[in-house]
Amino acid sequence: MADVIKKATREAYGSGLIKLGKKYDDFIVMDADLAAATKAGMFKKEFPERFYNCGIAEQNMIGIAAGIAATGKKVFASSFAMFAAGRAFEQIRNSVGYPHLNVKICATHAGISVGEDGATHQCNEDIGILRTIPGMVIINPADVVEGEKAMEAMYDYEGPCYARFGRLAVPVIFDDDYKFEIGKAVTLKEGTDVTIIATGLMVAEALIAHDILKEQGISARIINMATIKPIDREAIVKAAKETGVIVTAEEHSIIGGLASAVCEVVAEEYPVHVVKVGVNDEFGFSGPANDLLDKFGLRGVNIAEKAKEALKLKK
Amino acid sequence: MNPQKQQELQKIACKVRMGIIEGVHAAKAGHPGGSLSCADILTYLYFNHMNINPAEPKMENRDRFVLSKGHAAPALYATLAERGFFPVENLKTLRKIGSILQGHPDMKNIPGVDMSTGSLGQGISAAVGMALSSKHFGSNYNVYTILGDGEIEEGQVWEAAMFAANKKLGNLVAFVDLNNLQIDGTVDEVNSPKPVDKKFQAFGWNVICIDGNDFSQIESALAEAQKGNDKPTAIIATTVKGKGVSYMENVVGWHGVAPNDEQYEIAMAELKAQLEALN
Repeated sequence: MADVIKKATREAYGSGLIKLGKKYDDFIVMDADLAAATKAGMFKKEFPERFYNCGIAEQNMIGIAAGIAATGKKVFASSFAMFAAGRAFEQIRNSVGYPHLNVKICATHAGISVGEDGATHQCNEDIGILRTIPGMVIINPADVVEGEKAMEAMYDYEGPCYARFGRLAVPVIFDDDYKFEIGKAVTLKEGTDVTIIATGLMVAEALIAHDILKEQGISARIINMATIKPIDREAIVKAAKETGVIVTAEEHSIIGGLASAVCEVVAEEYPVHVVKVGVNDEFGFSGPANDLLDKFGLRGVNIAEKAKEALKLKK
Repeated sequence: MNPQKQQELQKIACKVRMGIIEGVHAAKAGHPGGSLSCADILTYLYFNHMNINPAEPKMENRDRFVLSKGHAAPALYATLAERGFFPVENLKTLRKIGSILQGHPDMKNIPGVDMSTGSLGQGISAAVGMALSSKHFGSNYNVYTILGDGEIEEGQVWEAAMFAANKKLGNLVAFVDLNNLQIDGTVDEVNSPKPVDKKFQAFGWNVICIDGNDFSQIESALAEAQKGNDKPTAIIATTVKGKGVSYMENVVGWHGVAPNDEQYEIAMAELKAQLEALN
């Protein structure tokens, strides 16, 4: 694993903005005093006159972004997931979601891998709460390559989007040829015994699980579900039919996020067992990010174990 | 303001007030008190001030208006209808299933509505965003918003106020409809935001205090607001909640209740008499 390149997906927010900034001048970027951490600061350095700092006032930032979008212009607004999706939920719901405005909310420091800052900053609920807003697109890229491509896709898409980026450096698993499309799952490994549907940094862990299972003679299909909403129903139903059991893997609460979205689909269309890997119904705590991923069972080895449990449930 | 123009505006405002009563009565729900208090400000903006065109509601460089106190939707709808954005007859569909006239302003479906509002404190942020967009992209339109005096108890209002001054948004005018009442009582009883003028001054705004039911004062305040400095302007407009309908004036209970048939007749007769007196 020594030769694995690691980068935080938040880097894709900064580099993605710069790429877009070089091509287009019809958008504004905003942040709420976390530009250095979210990487909006990279854009600010390159295009200072196109960046506005809202100060520590996320609710106002989302409202301002809505106002900009209401005038027909594009806008990216960033903060930590906790404060973007959490604190400003109602502004996202009423000022952005209800009028279906073209606001791109880019939230970094999502999930348990925020690390040392602890529970107040570890947002494991964002996908769950925002998924309930009609018309909201939710994207959780697996690596920096997918992150940059998601930035482009969001720019081209007309309507409200929420992108979820991480603080921790995670393996770069895609190359430049990788194709990202909003709402389309990507099968990374074909498999017949079990399907592992993963999102965000858990995609790299799912690939590790794939290899562990392969050594034990188990054929696991690995699906990258970067778009949580609208979810790729077809890919889920196909997996349910062809492999008979599903494991979900996310760095998010097992309530409301990817696991729930997958369960909603199979329950309606083709009921099979779904075994969940994620943050259980509990708060996080301080510690180095990688140690926390071990502690919370968010590793390839944990996914592999759950996959074996899932196999026993197969009818 | 010359007396003829003043009389003309008073007549329009009277019709706007009749539209408010028509809508709220037909809906058997809605917010008449705070709609009647800001009817003169809306009338002035839409009939004598803003660069707008009912034939082209989405005209690119139009001035923008955000009703931050979104529950005064009946007033905004009546003004837009009177101005020709949609038929006055539609006001009777307020809050009914299938109507474009939602309980609170909906920008997706109502011609002339620039922003969906209703959740208090959020509209001013959107107005600030529009003012920023106008300035950033060199569009040069102005942005107007009306806040309630109860509404400014929301912290988001002050986040927006701080930002607007910091970013030098001289193209933004916020009216505070200071009618002194909110749902649970007088603003002083509930949680006073006063002194409103000093608060906006402290946040770096131009502040002008007027009688918000007096057209000549609205006119001079707007003229002063747009003299060209780079500060946003707050027009603190003292108004009468329920203005124009005797039994609703300054009565807290008329915040969010519709008149029954008998009360409707009285209100319409009073407004009709006021209109006739102006002819």
